[in-house]
Amino acid sequence: MEPIVHLRAAVALLGRFPALAGIDLDVVRGEIVLLRGPNGAGKTTVLRACAGLVPVVRGEATVLGHDLRRDAAAVRRRVGLLGHESALFDELPVVGNVTFWGRACRASAADIASALDLVGLSGRLRDVPVGRLSAGQRRRTALACLLARRPELWLLDEPHAGLDNDARDLLDGLVRQAVEQGATVLMSSHELDRAEALADRVVALEAGVTAAQRAERPAPEPTAEPSAPAPEVTHVA
Amino acid sequence: MWRDASLVAGRDLRIEARSRVTVHQVGPFALLVLVLFAFALDPARQILERATPGLYWITVLFSALLAIARSAALDEAAGVRDAVRLSALDPVGVFAGKALAVAAELLVLEALLAVGVIILYGAEPAGVGLLVATCLAATAAIASTGTLYGALVSGLRVRETLLPLLLLPVLAPVLIGATRAFEAALGGAPADGWPWCGLLAVFAILYSVAGALAYGTLLEAS
Repeated sequence: MEPIVHLRAAVALLGRFPALAGIDLDVVRGEIVLLRGPNGAGKTTVLRACAGLVPVVRGEATVLGHDLRRDAAAVRRRVGLLGHESALFDELPVVGNVTFWGRACRASAADIASALDLVGLSGRLRDVPVGRLSAGQRRRTALACLLARRPELWLLDEPHAGLDNDARDLLDGLVRQAVEQGATVLMSSHELDRAEALADRVVALEAGVTAAQRAERPAPEPTAEPSAPAPEVTHVA
Repeated sequence: MWRDASLVAGRDLRIEARSRVTVHQVGPFALLVLVLFAFALDPARQILERATPGLYWITVLFSALLAIARSAALDEAAGVRDAVRLSALDPVGVFAGKALAVAAELLVLEALLAVGVIILYGAEPAGVGLLVATCLAATAAIASTGTLYGALVSGLRVRETLLPLLLLPVLAPVLIGATRAFEAALGGAPADGWPWCGLLAVFAILYSVAGALAYGTLLEAS
């Protein structure tokens, strides 16, 4: 089965400096993969490269069947990135933000309403300007924007940061639900206990390369291509 | 493309309506400039009357700089540019939407300034058709050029000072054309102003096409 994310000796630059120095990574459909590593290891850059936002200049880089070096635009429309920056407009209410980004991604009105409902923002907070929300509520709003676009590949950069325990449980539940519906998740986190409990596999990064991989549980049964064999989990020195 | 343009224009105008930056800052700034010109030139009333078209459009340009900088700043909020790149929005639609929102704000501002020059400078409106057509063409040129240059300087630490430095020379032909057209209209010879208005329309089309073609590249590069 063709992996959803396939990076082989991939090199990505931030400005003139190599942020990824030949990374190897494969993620198959329905998998939840956690990237871990110290600050500066390249976790955020891997997520942004997989979203087509950081150019891969050498090596193989395929996401959702599209070559990132030639067709990053086709990848961008099919992934959802929850990053450190929320891309929210403080003056607009929660519903205004989610509706704008939802419509910008061609989401239906039903998907937008459902996203607000799923993150618990369909009540009184719906009409509150985002600038007046707490950090956790802003994070929920950003999560609603991601849910509305129904991405095939979720790219979550420190998704638990700034959330209280209830919101973290909610996020984990939404991730599992998305995977059951056929999505694939690549995430980074420093909250390792919670993130490792959620992940199927952990990939350790160090200085922009893959240092090690560890399976937390058996690789998931493929959902979209049931006849394809389950992938092998490899360990990289 | 037009669907995306209306989505982006609606967002920018809603944010402006809620933040009231245009109403509370840009509008009063524009009126203040008109008043200061009146104070400076009032002893020579004839000069003030003769200079009214030029002063009007200089004030519009200065105020437009504020509106354009504000419009560009909306897309500099944390993560917005990446989110636009990840969305299905057509860059041409984003450019058109942002330019339309700036143009709408400028047209309101120009109407306010028109009242200002009638009251403060004693201007007598004549050739209304030419005045309106000139305003529409000049506004389209200013909004499209401003949106393009706003994206060009976006992300730079010196963007606040660089924007006027780059934008004002490019808009010099618009200032000249709009001033000449207004002089003709207010001087009672509108027929002399229509060629200038036509020139402004050509500028507006050229700047809009250039902006639409370049905006996507700037979005990727910034």
